[in-house]
Amino acid sequence: MALDIMKERGTALNKQQFTWKELVQVPYSKLDDDAFTRVRVILMNGIEAESLRFKHMCARFNPHLQVPLAQIRRAEQHQQTMVNWLNPPDQSPLETTIGFEQVAIELTAFLAQNEPDPYLKQVMDFGLLEDFDHMYRYAALMDRVEGRDANTLLQCYTDILPGRPTSVEHRAPEDDLRVNYEKATASPISKLNAVILVAAETQTHDYYMTVGPMFADPTARQLYAEIASIEEQHVTQYESLSDPKETWLEKWMMLELMEVYTYFSCAKQESNPRIKKIWERFVDYELGHLHVAMDLFRRHENRDPAEVLPASLPEPIDFSSQRKYVRETLAEQVDFRANGRQIVTLQEDSQLSIAYRQRMNREGSPSERVAAGYQWRPGTELAPKGNGHGHSTRQVSP
Amino acid sequence: MMKNQVEIGKNRTGIALSPIDSQLLIQGAEAAPPSMPGNESAINEARTAYAADGAPIGTMPPPVTIRGIAVGLVDAAKGKNANVFLDKLGERLAFERTGTRLYDAVLSKFDASEPLPAGPARAELEQIKAEEAVHFEMLREVMVSMGGDPTALTPSADVAAVNSMGLLQVLGDPRMNLKQSLEAILVAELVDNDGWETLIELARTEANASVVRRFEQALAEEQVHLSNVRRWVRAATVQREGSATAR
Repeated sequence: MALDIMKERGTALNKQQFTWKELVQVPYSKLDDDAFTRVRVILMNGIEAESLRFKHMCARFNPHLQVPLAQIRRAEQHQQTMVNWLNPPDQSPLETTIGFEQVAIELTAFLAQNEPDPYLKQVMDFGLLEDFDHMYRYAALMDRVEGRDANTLLQCYTDILPGRPTSVEHRAPEDDLRVNYEKATASPISKLNAVILVAAETQTHDYYMTVGPMFADPTARQLYAEIASIEEQHVTQYESLSDPKETWLEKWMMLELMEVYTYFSCAKQESNPRIKKIWERFVDYELGHLHVAMDLFRRHENRDPAEVLPASLPEPIDFSSQRKYVRETLAEQVDFRANGRQIVTLQEDSQLSIAYRQRMNREGSPSERVAAGYQWRPGTELAPKGNGHGHSTRQVSP
Repeated sequence: MMKNQVEIGKNRTGIALSPIDSQLLIQGAEAAPPSMPGNESAINEARTAYAADGAPIGTMPPPVTIRGIAVGLVDAAKGKNANVFLDKLGERLAFERTGTRLYDAVLSKFDASEPLPAGPARAELEQIKAEEAVHFEMLREVMVSMGGDPTALTPSADVAAVNSMGLLQVLGDPRMNLKQSLEAILVAELVDNDGWETLIELARTEANASVVRRFEQALAEEQVHLSNVRRWVRAATVQREGSATAR
């Protein structure tokens, strides 16, 4: 079913109401629900967090917009709560971390495949292989410190093997910025992709910064410190893709559109019927927010929102295993590096980044040490090799 | 109504449900060499290196009364365990206080649950809860009489609280049923029994005979708690498995 964003006005802002009990619903089941339900919950929490963050910054610079921003933030605060509180209490911070990296891998891989601008796609592929490596490092941590198998969360959708090694992802700040799209010529999906990735990476950074010190094991504390640093680099990278010449209201409208788009994608594929209803409800809430922003755009910029917004939503995000694409990208680009705003080959690596990396790693690299000699296998590396049931594995083509 | 039976459903955590994807996953992992040779020993090395710094989680608070200072002086003279005693006293005190709250949580599970075959009855849980609260109050009085501060968190109390974090997660989670909650309580009661035995041993040299008697009374009650909880858990587990087979 197509969604006509210009005509569908969704739920009016003053009808977007909650009770405390409503905000705190029965969480999804870590054991029984599909891994992509967790992926969607984590993603949408990050999307709402970005929306709040943007609106706070916007309010600091735009006194005339402060009231509607505050009104929408109130709804979004509670939307974020309802979504984030779907994470179950038997899911530890490290288990949730595995979910975060699954979001980063499967989502980025999907967005990259649907990105029409080759440069932006290159940037996404670059980030993808780094988050892919984080998964491997955290899986090693989970196996070796807690004796637990990360695949109980991943449900075989996502590979657990080295990507671009985390230890070489450390770059000088100058090599983390990228070239922004041009607002006049970029396609709407490019704009949406950029803001989705900023949201996902920022919440990942913030999550690691929050839970990192909760770990007792020194290697766990170090690994979170190291990977949080990369996530901050990723925020820098993806944030720089958006055109800084976009006005506050242009950015605000695209943000609301992105929320409609992501909730719509979630609603379309959700396998948990109770959670599907939440996604559907919030599609309507976000349409309401979008139309508030459109009305403000008309009033304050005297322009038609159709100059900025597409006539219809892009194809929904496909929440499914992107293993084939990830493997192809890995095979072709694992050695790529960044130099200035360009993604380059290993030979063209930046001297600034090499020096920075050597300095940070001079007392050793937590991500290397945690995974020294590590190869994931079913049931942890304490289990015998094979398929987890005592049988040898057979060859299957991807 | 909360059920105590675990049913067969669509648990997706194992690889058996994904025959094709799991093969791809396994082959991919087998074919990819690690980025650095070695094994898990580096994790232990990091633990040892940080531990060698010797930073503790914290210290005992200084005594708050003349009596406490006197105990300290006697202790210094005798080279005995007054400090250890106050630390473990603080641990038991905190444990019994949390234990009272754990039973509050079990009572709410009880109210929501179908009954278990061999109990508990509500009154039995209420009695244990009341005894945990009495133990807390008794320990508080002993702590004051020894010149300690019953509001302070001693290092052993802190470690015990970290140990109990999982128990609170189980008892607080409304999806974890009465039987599963009693299993958490069983862990608490096992640890509590051992804790009381150690505390009594310390009290024989560090406190007077009346304190030892009060502690022995508490241990006797805790032994009843443990044996009751054990019985409830076993009956609930074995009964369930038996009835599932019969079906």
